[in-house]
Parts: sequence; C-alpha cells; structure tokens
Amino acid sequence: MNQPRVDTSPHVSDEIRQTTCYMCACRCGINVHLKSGKVSYIEGNRDHPINKGVLCAKGASGIMQVTAPSRLRAPLKRVGPRGSGAFEEISWDEALEIATGWLKPLRETAPEKLAFFTGRDQSQSFTGWWAQAFGTPNYAAHGGFCSVNMAAAGIYTLGGAFWEFGAPDWERSKLFVLFGVAEDHDSNPIKIGIGKMKDRGARVIGVNPIRSGYNAVADDWIGITPGTDGLMILSLIHCLLEAGKVDLDYLARYTNAALLVSEAEGAEKGLFVRNAEAQPFVIDRRTGAPAPWDGKGVEPDLGAVWQGHRTVFQHMAERYLAPDYAPEAVAARCGVSAARIRALAAELADVAFNQAIVLDRPWVDFRGDAHTHMVGRPVSFHAMRGISAHSNGFQTARALHLLQILLGAVETPGSWRMKPPYPKPVEAHPTPHFGVVPGKPLNGPHLGYVRGPEQLALHPDGSAVRIDKAFTWENPFSAHGMMHMVIPNAHAGDPYKIDTLFLYMANMSWNSSMNSGRVMEMLTDKGADGDYVIPRIIYSDAYASEMVAYADLILPDTTYLERHDCISMLDRPCSEPEAAGDAIRWPVVEPDRDVRGFQSVLLDLGVRLGLGPMVNPDGSAKFKDYADYIVNHQRRPGVGPLMGFRGADGQGEGRGDVNPDQMQRYIDNGGFFQAHVPENAGFFKPWNAGYQDWAVEVGLYETPQPYLFNIWSEPMRRFQLAAEGHGFVLPPDHLRARLIQSMDPLPLWYAPYGDAEDGFDVHALTQRPMAMYHSWGSQNAWLRQIHGKNPLYVPTKIWEQHGFSEGDYARVTSANGQIEVPVAHMAALNENTVWTWNAIGKRKGAWALDEGAPEATEGFLLNHLISELLPPKGDGMRYSNSDPVTGQAAWFDLRVKIDRIAPQAEAQPAFPKLHRVVPKGGRRE
Amino acid sequence: MTCLPAKTDKALGLVIDLDTCVGCHACVTACKGWNDQGYGAPLSDQNPYGSDPSGTFLNRVHSYQVVPDLTGGVQAAAQIINFPRSCLHCADAPCVTVCPTGASYKRVEDGIVLVNEDACIGCGLCAWACPYGAREMDADAGVMKKCTLCVDRIYNENLPEEDREPACVRTCPTGARHFGDLGDPDSDVSKLVASRGGYDLMPEQATRPTNKYLPPRKKDRPDQASLLAPLLDIQATGFAGWLDKVLGKL
Repeated sequence: MNQPRVDTSPHVSDEIRQTTCYMCACRCGINVHLKSGKVSYIEGNRDHPINKGVLCAKGASGIMQVTAPSRLRAPLKRVGPRGSGAFEEISWDEALEIATGWLKPLRETAPEKLAFFTGRDQSQSFTGWWAQAFGTPNYAAHGGFCSVNMAAAGIYTLGGAFWEFGAPDWERSKLFVLFGVAEDHDSNPIKIGIGKMKDRGARVIGVNPIRSGYNAVADDWIGITPGTDGLMILSLIHCLLEAGKVDLDYLARYTNAALLVSEAEGAEKGLFVRNAEAQPFVIDRRTGAPAPWDGKGVEPDLGAVWQGHRTVFQHMAERYLAPDYAPEAVAARCGVSAARIRALAAELADVAFNQAIVLDRPWVDFRGDAHTHMVGRPVSFHAMRGISAHSNGFQTARALHLLQILLGAVETPGSWRMKPPYPKPVEAHPTPHFGVVPGKPLNGPHLGYVRGPEQLALHPDGSAVRIDKAFTWENPFSAHGMMHMVIPNAHAGDPYKIDTLFLYMANMSWNSSMNSGRVMEMLTDKGADGDYVIPRIIYSDAYASEMVAYADLILPDTTYLERHDCISMLDRPCSEPEAAGDAIRWPVVEPDRDVRGFQSVLLDLGVRLGLGPMVNPDGSAKFKDYADYIVNHQRRPGVGPLMGFRGADGQGEGRGDVNPDQMQRYIDNGGFFQAHVPENAGFFKPWNAGYQDWAVEVGLYETPQPYLFNIWSEPMRRFQLAAEGHGFVLPPDHLRARLIQSMDPLPLWYAPYGDAEDGFDVHALTQRPMAMYHSWGSQNAWLRQIHGKNPLYVPTKIWEQHGFSEGDYARVTSANGQIEVPVAHMAALNENTVWTWNAIGKRKGAWALDEGAPEATEGFLLNHLISELLPPKGDGMRYSNSDPVTGQAAWFDLRVKIDRIAPQAEAQPAFPKLHRVVPKGGRRE
Repeated sequence: MTCLPAKTDKALGLVIDLDTCVGCHACVTACKGWNDQGYGAPLSDQNPYGSDPSGTFLNRVHSYQVVPDLTGGVQAAAQIINFPRSCLHCADAPCVTVCPTGASYKRVEDGIVLVNEDACIGCGLCAWACPYGAREMDADAGVMKKCTLCVDRIYNENLPEEDREPACVRTCPTGARHFGDLGDPDSDVSKLVASRGGYDLMPEQATRPTNKYLPPRKKDRPDQASLLAPLLDIQATGFAGWLDKVLGKL
C-alpha cells in the first residue's frame, strides 16, 4: 500500500522565549514559541516549579489573548456622557498631562481625594508603594471582595494561609479534604497534586455544594449547605475531642493551647496572663511552676490551672465538647447526616494517628530542643473561596485551621505546609498606616494586620479615615481593604467625597461589583451642580471591558506577553514549600499598538507629580521604566523586588546589592529563580531553628521569628473587650453586640447574615470555570467556544417542584432584585442550591463581541441580586453585606426564590449597548 | 473504498483516565494551539467573536452526569464524569474503509489514522462513518480534520526527546492522559490498562479502538473506618473527668 510521506520532523519555531503566564493568578512558567516574530504556540515550561511543564486551558489559549480584537489601541479621553462609551484617541503626553493636572492639586491639598484601587493586579507591592508616595490612605487591591477572610484567618491563626500560600504535602499525604466552591489561584499545582494523590491510591474528599471540577474526581463528596462549613468543622472537632483524638504533644509545644487565659474581671479578662516582663508564660509539667513559653526543655502543661487561670486548651475543649456541636445537633443545618460527620471524624483520626509517618530528619526547635526525627500526620486540607465568601467566612476559615492544628496537620510531613515568605506571624506584619499630610507620603504601608482597637483607621471623632471604611469597627481586620465599598461610599459622600477614582484592571461597572446596575448609576449620577458625583475616573485596562465606558481617561495597558512584571517576594511570590521562588515577565513580543505597561505609566506619572522615591534630586526620573525599577529599587538595603542573582557577581540569594544584569539573568534562567530550603528545615518551619536561620539569611526576616499558632486570638479578644466597654477606644453602641459575637477569640459558627431573609429559601452561588478562572475577560476566541453560556443550574428537587424543562427560564428574586435567566438541570448539587458560571455574561458592545453574542444575550450576572448593603433592620443603620471581621464581600450569603417562566429571547436585566471603543471582532488573526 | 493494513507494527494511542480527568479543557486548547500551526490546514474558527462561534477542535471534553441506581433503597449521590473525546485510532477504522479517495488511511508503522489533506475532497463520509464523532470538517479549508496523535511531534527531531509526545498528554495537569504502544503488552500503557481495567469505547461497534479509557474508581463508598469511641461519658463525669482522662495519655 502506498502511504503518503509525512514530514514527522517539521520546523517547530524560530525561537522559544520563556516568561510567566498571566491568564490567571497561578503564575506558571511558559515557553512562548515565535515564528517570524509572532507568537505561534504556547506550552508549559518543564523546569518551572509551579507547573512543571503542564499548562491549563487558559494558558494554552494565551495566543488568542495577544491577538484579541478587544485590545485597546491608544489612550482615550471621554467625549460623550459617562457610560456611553464615546471617546477620542489622544497622545500619551496629553493623557499623562490630564492625569497630572487632576492629581497634582489633590496631592498638595487633600491626598485622600484620590482613591486608587487595583483589581487583578500582580504588582501590589509596587502599586501600594506608589500610592504611599502619593500620600492617599485610599489604596487597596481586590482582596476585599475576593478572599480576605481566608488570608486574614490564616495569618491570625497560623501565620500563613491557603490560596497559593501553602500546599498539601502531595508526595506523602494519605487523605486530602478539599473545602469550598470555585477554582483556585494554585490551579495547576492542585491539579498536579490531585493527580499524584489518586495515582498513589490516596483518598480525596470534596466538601462543596456543587460536584464539579475537583469534586467530580473526589472519592467522596459531601454536598454541604452553603455557609455551614464552619458548623460541620466544629462538629468534627467535637468528635475528635470527645474521643481524645487530638495531637496533645503538638498542641503543647507549637500552639498557644498551654498559655493561661486571664479570668480576672476587668480590662485584662480573656487576655493571656503575663509575667513581670509582659510575656505570656506556661506552666512547666516538670516543675508545676511558671516557665517561659520558649524556654529550653520546657514542657508546657495543657491541663494547668494557675491562680484560677486556665489554659487555652481547657477553654477550647470545654466549648467544643458542648452538645451544641454534636453531629446530631448540626446535621440538619449542614445538610449532612450525623453518621457522615462521625465517619469523617473517624477517618481523619485514623489517618492522622494510626497511619502517622516518620521521617529520619533530625532538627532543632526554637527552644533549643533537638529532635531525632519528624513525625507526620498525613492528613491535608485545602479550602477554596466558597467557605470564605460568607459573612461568617473568617470564623469558618479559622475553624478549619483549628481542625488542622488539633490533628497536628500543619507543617508536618504528609500534611499541609506554608510557602516562603510564610510562615510569618501577625507580629511580623505591618499594622495599617493612614497618616495623611498634604504634599507628603503616607506614614507607612496602607494595609496590615490590626492587633487592637487603637490601630483602627479612625479619626478622633470616630469617623473612618479610608473611603472604603476598612479598619473600622464594622470590619476591624480588613487587611485587604474593601474595594466593593469604594464606589458606593464615594457616591454617598460617606465618610467623605472624593475627587478622582483611579482603577486598574477591575471591572467595577460589571461583574466585579455587587449590584452592578446600581453601581452604573452611581458612576453616572450628577449632583445639583451638574458635575458627576464622582468627579473624575481614570482607568487602566488592556481590553475594552465594561468599565472602560465609565471612565473619563483611559490608560491602555499591554497584554501579558508585551510587558515587564515581577512575581515578587515582597508581594505574592511563586514559592513552593521547599523553595522560595520568584519570577518575571518580559516583553517576548512588542506591542503593535500605542499602549504602555501600566506600571511604567505610574512611574512616569510619579515623576510628573514629583513623588519623592521616583525622582532624582534634579527632578529627573529615577527609574526609566518598570523593568528599571524591578532591578534597581531596594525596599530594605540589599532586598529588592527580585531575590535571585543579586550582587555584582550575581551570586546573592535574597540579599545583595543591585545587579544591573539581574533581568537578563532571570531571562536566561527561564524567567524564574528558586532558593531551596535546607532539607532539615523543610517541615515544622515556624519552630524549626534551621528554617528560621535560613529565612534570615535569604532576607525574609531580619531576625528569627518563631511563634505559637493562635488557637486563642488575643487581637480578637481585645475587640471583644472594647465592645464590653473596656479601654479608651470604644465602638459605637449599635455595633457592640455584633463585635462580641464575631470577634470571639475561639472559632465559632453563626448563621450567615443572608439567612435572615424570610421567604428566600434557596442558596445561590457562582463559580468560574477552570478554563476561565481569574482570566481577564472571556472574549478569548477559543475559551468562549468552551464556555459561552451560563445557565442557572437547578437541583433535581427544585427542578421537579417547579416542573422545569430544558429551554425554560426562571425568574430569580432576592431581597435586592430580580433577574430572568435560562435554566439547566443538575443532579450533582446540594438540593437547596442553584448556581451559575460567573462573569460569562457580557454587556452588548463590550469586549469587541457581536451584539448577538450569547454572552450578551443569554449570559447573565447574579450580581444584580446582591446588594453591597444588607436590607434595613429598622435601627436606622445600613450594614455592609460583608464579613464583620474582615469586611470580605459576602457574595455567597445570597438567598433567592425561583419561579418558572416561559423561554425568553434574552436574559434580564438587559442594558443598552455600549458605544464601541474598539471595532467589533471579525475573523481571528 | 480504502483498505486498512492487515496489521501495524505498533499500535500507538492514548489511555485516558476518567478517574482523574477534572474537565479542565487543558488538553482541548493545547491540541488546538499545536494543530493550528501543525500538520495540515490550520484549525479555523468561524464567527470567533460573533453570535454563534464555532471552530474546529480535534479533541473536546464533555461532562456527563451519572445518577447511580438505587441500591438497598439508598440513593447514592449523583456524579459528574468528564469525558475527553478524540479519534481512537481504531484497528478496524470505518472512517478509512468508507473513504472514496484514499485520503483517510491507517499508517502501517504505528497505526495512526490520518487524513492526507491533498487527497481529501471534503465529502464528509468518514465523519458519518465514525461512531465516535471524532472527525470535524474544517469550514475554511474544506478538508476533514482529526487527531493526528501529534504525528508531527512524536517523532520530531527538532523537539527535545521528552517533548515527543502528543500536546494533550504533555499539558494534562492531572496526568490523566497517557501515550504509548498499546500493541506491546509490556508497554507502560498496556500495563496501566491491564491493572486498571481499561476498556474499549462502544465495543459493539466492532471498530477495535486503540485508545483505551480507564474507568472512574468506585466513589462514595460507605466509610470503612470504625466510628470513634468517646473516652468516657462526658455528661456523667463532667469536663474535669474528660480532662484528666485525655491528659493522662500524654
């Protein structure tokens, strides 16, 4: 037979350039193939520590992002009414002069009148530094509406958090329990890890109302009722305590379980008993006498009672042993049977204690005690955004960390470990800074971890310093700010009016706001004087998103393959538990449009504004562009944005002088750098002297920072004390009861505030598909063929109850509003929960899509059902729809009711078509 | 009418693990990206930014919902199975024998089913004949497209040796896709199929597919661990009794 001859060794590409993906927050290494100077193919970088060669659907579709017709082409100045989308193209010089003309007077007179907030920003240590130099207190990124509950609960409890900041020990773990809806920042590492675990025959359990994605491959699925994860976790703790299946040695040595809690009535009650040096102490089992918590050889006694003061362990055990937490008491509320909860507790205990693993790795702890080996509890947990986007999310995340701690399953072999720069205790983080002096920089970094009421961002009269009211009594631990409150507060002039709203990469007039329709009105409302209530809006984006239409001045950004970036240890690096790691992006292709990387534009703006750290004494630019800043900026002497190849010889790891060749060294190294944790320092890191010394050596800290995990949170108790009337800084009366509940120093569960809505019996959730999670827009020509529609998925019970059939629509009503949307049946779903893919719905005229695109006709947002404020309670106050501890937007508290309606042509509400700022997309490039 | 080879030297193919496929579509776009610039005509997209976008994909992932039968009066939870679908490189490939021009053929050396685009008249008979729906006519090029098993990667001397595997296998984050010679009983893929009970898709079609699917492991099994026994009756002894008992173990 004559077979055609096939060329099996064709030319692949002219060149491979290695950079870092930005199709989401995972930061994988990519090989970008070029043919004739154009991107021809993108694949994963096998040497990269994050993705090890694999790449997700988004990453491999990056080529469609670089050629998307929605790319902005030049700076734009608004010429029609705000919201219409009518713009004219202007030069960069004109654009920057306009911005300077708006911002300079603000800096000189009232810096707080600039509110600068960033969305999917991966350069927060830079944008925050810029905002600090400007002097406004009003800066944050999007963590407040994303997952600050998870981040803050982790830091306050463990000194490290889930997301990409920690990882299960995929090689050794025998049981992995995954909580929460949605995808995750650490998406490829989790997929790689689940694949490895299942290959070894280890068990994976998913706790999630929706059985999609990772939950589809989980060996067991617990389809929990949204907002009740914390209650089920505390019930698991009840079962473990009842049976004595907790790691007592671990609790005594590495947590504050043995510290004494003051029983003395008054301003000290519930704080730790302290000695003359103001240090908390433990009772040493060897002597029965007080001893330093970190003393050599000290064996802290969990059962101690000293002068009537009992240990944290006793307070904790007493609480969770109460019958309220028995599985039988919580089963109905959680939608999980008592037998299932008891079985899970038994499985956790069995794996942790009967299947413990031991590594022959000697190490020395912070007390100076030597250990011959490392004992591991091979149970690992991870939680995604679902458990955190509730008004009880902070306490829920804390409950999960407590469960990990009780099992000895943090930083031990087979369990879950932190990635450098974590572990890092609360004490090693800054507190928030908000000291404003016109014409001067802010007195320190904006965001931080509050230890007590005196650190709240309040004026002497009790009013909020920040426009988003972060770090106030309503949400004391708002460590990431509260971006979702900026526009409503600025519109209401509460706590004050602003002049310029400056946003980066955040679709606040669409899917990134609660109550999107109302936000559009806020952005376009005019006052009695005929001016916009929010007078000026500057926006930077690479694409023609819905937000573009609502700005007055557009600073067009590049795509991720056309720019410099650093994935920095000062910010959110790409470390692994056994290595600190950072990375760069560099322009692997040059832009073919009149666009500039936003960070370089900020530096230019900084020079025009005369911002100190950006100008030389003669007024000239200190940094040519962002790449120059990345290499030459030093945050502390010898410590800069990139840790690798420092010093004149390029040998410095973490510390070292500026190396002018650093960027090229990163490029030559595949775009990343890793500093490996020594083998005997790879576990028990918060307490491991070897790790602490290494961390100082590579510049993560200046001195060793060993600490105890916080089962009992003293900062939280300080807020309770204030609410009880102790101290000098006291909360307003109307918030006291809420603070006493929410700031409980031990994890607890209370019903999400959304549950108070009578008559709305159905939970409504959103998640983003894996093929789109955290990717900027869904206009991607390939990805939109995979996920171009987002029906409302309805569980069997509700489907049958309403007699739905395929093609029907539902009217979905909440306390805030109503939408009409297409439905689809899904059986693998909690029976009282509906959900849809988030951010598929697009506004007509945006993203260069055709008006008839399914995203713009049948696509919809649940956002219209969610208010940024809770309904009035009759006390004259309106409370933010947020977690009371951190201010995290409580998206998943949403409760709705469902009615069947006939098939419709379009989902409702529909908004008028936006004027196009870029031509409609035609054929693929 | 085109003939199939009586036998092939190798039977290269894929083994796809339905137990670990999370339905992330990574393989879908890696395939699209490679083959858009690889063997034959590019994989075109029609109306890529329009109201009814459609394009040529050689590999797609479908998600199916499975509601287990009642057992002992108990309804186990519904499951989602993610199912990647591409050409199975059948030994008795009906798409080849139906081809009127000889454009569709099965390679003697490795068993890969390919379309010689120069000879393809775009009649579409092969797509009708394929019971798996694994072939797609490219609307721009007017030729039939299908999985080539990355024939331009797996032997490509311009690629590092470790990269000489199909793009979908190289990219799969959970490691659910395996590539090798299923004609060799000692190959890693054959052993994997043997150990995991890999199966033929729709064997009643008598196509003798080369690709194999590994079934999902049994899910939602009743828990094996025996329930935890309380240390004592806390209600009777009170908290102090519990504390003594628990700390006595230290």
